[in-house]
Amino acid sequence: MTQQRQRDTATAPQTVERLRAPAWRHRHILDLDNLSREEVEVVLRTTDAMMEVLSREVKRVPTLRGKTVVTLFYEPSTRTRASFEMAAKNLSADVVSFAAAGSSVEKGESFIDTLRTLQALGADAIIIRHRESGAPYVAARHVEASIINAGDDWHAHPSQALLDMYTLRRHFGTVQGLKVVILGDILHSRVARSNIWGLTTMGAEVVLCGPPTLLPYPLLDGAGGPAMPHMPPVRFEAVIERALEGADVVMPLRLQLERQQSGLLPSIREYVQLYQLTEKRLGLAKEHAIVLHPGPVNEGIEVAPEVSRGARSAIEEQVSVGVAVRMALLFLVIGGGRG
Amino acid sequence: MAEKVIMGDEDIRRALVRVAHEIVERNRGAGSLVLIGMHTRGVPLAQRLAAIIEGFEKVSVPVGILDIGLYRDDLSTMDLKPAIRRTEVPVDVTNRRVVLVDDVLYTGRSIRAAMDAIFDLGRPEKIQLAVLVDRGHRELPIRADYAGKNIPTSRVEEVQVRVKELDGQDEVCLVSPSAVEKGQ
Repeated sequence: MTQQRQRDTATAPQTVERLRAPAWRHRHILDLDNLSREEVEVVLRTTDAMMEVLSREVKRVPTLRGKTVVTLFYEPSTRTRASFEMAAKNLSADVVSFAAAGSSVEKGESFIDTLRTLQALGADAIIIRHRESGAPYVAARHVEASIINAGDDWHAHPSQALLDMYTLRRHFGTVQGLKVVILGDILHSRVARSNIWGLTTMGAEVVLCGPPTLLPYPLLDGAGGPAMPHMPPVRFEAVIERALEGADVVMPLRLQLERQQSGLLPSIREYVQLYQLTEKRLGLAKEHAIVLHPGPVNEGIEVAPEVSRGARSAIEEQVSVGVAVRMALLFLVIGGGRG
Repeated sequence: MAEKVIMGDEDIRRALVRVAHEIVERNRGAGSLVLIGMHTRGVPLAQRLAAIIEGFEKVSVPVGILDIGLYRDDLSTMDLKPAIRRTEVPVDVTNRRVVLVDDVLYTGRSIRAAMDAIFDLGRPEKIQLAVLVDRGHRELPIRADYAGKNIPTSRVEEVQVRVKELDGQDEVCLVSPSAVEKGQ
């Protein structure tokens, strides 16, 4: 059977293009406020493929062979740094670990000089944790390498929020329509800020609950709704019992004890009484509700031990998902195929 | 856009039936086989081959899905980043006879990547290659063990395989150079 025919492109059957991801246009991952829903989906689908790699006996693929990934951490971190370094190694990249302590930073080398040096050494991606909000944005303006924000002060921690969303998708199939309660010290939490952007982009209902002194007021108007039209739509609920009612997901945040010296809380004990996520309070959430926590956990403060180690806790699962998400991000920013 | 249809749905069906029989004949049964379809169009083809084999051999052959995106040698030169999908191989490939299934065999580079990927999953007894269309122009020492059809092509032409499961119909088309240019 052979025939010649004319076909208009518009009516041609859909070919491979339909199944392709939309072109990935981001060279850096700085926060989730500029990722569309489709782009978050691309990250989550790629994470799924990376989870399969992690399930193998030999957890290594050759994808980033010849690429160099630098972790540049100006703040202490164990899990995020280890997670990024393992992710880079699983993709066969070379990893250079750079800690500010013990480096020329102590001799007064500036942030930008450090970045330029790393670039000259051949870094393809630089993963930055910094105590100043916005530092990764400055970095992205000064170097060719891809920048991934691994936490900049209170501002953003996109890879953590993405791994939270992946965990939710794994449990519920979708993030759309879930009621997510972010609980506790939201003011000082970069994880909460990135999650607010990401979760609302993906169609979740986000409720913030915590002591009024620990809420991010620029996000909210007086009535507890979003302050300005461009702000993500979140709701504020002061009473924990009301917030938890009907929740699918509860995210107690670490009470940053090192940041509680300034009188924002009368006492830790009062916080525990009013806002600790206990078994009883969790009972107000839906039966299938799960608990996420960005870690490290202060057991007995923001969350009761029987909850953080209980059957509804997905906290340990989050750590293993973290490596897969970071593999996906590294692949997307330096895995070739720009454009 | 001018296209020449080289195989229609009946041609494809007959070719797959023949290939299914050849696979079972060459391996003296279907006992230790696993069919691994390469994303995207190798996957439905592998599933169909497994169904045909089950039909006449009464043996259910496991079917896996392989995404070679993480193993490509041309990632840095590609315009579009490939979508990476999950690899799912339901059985341990160690000591099994793996039949890789793809729609078109061309340069052989995807098959090289697929073999690397399979060796990361285990150590198969054998790897064989089944393709619907072999269009020539190999750049690596790779050949198909089973081919639905050999189609001599020029490098400027394009072979498009469409399958019902993804494209709504079964056909293999040869797209001519002028049309390829126009399409870009």
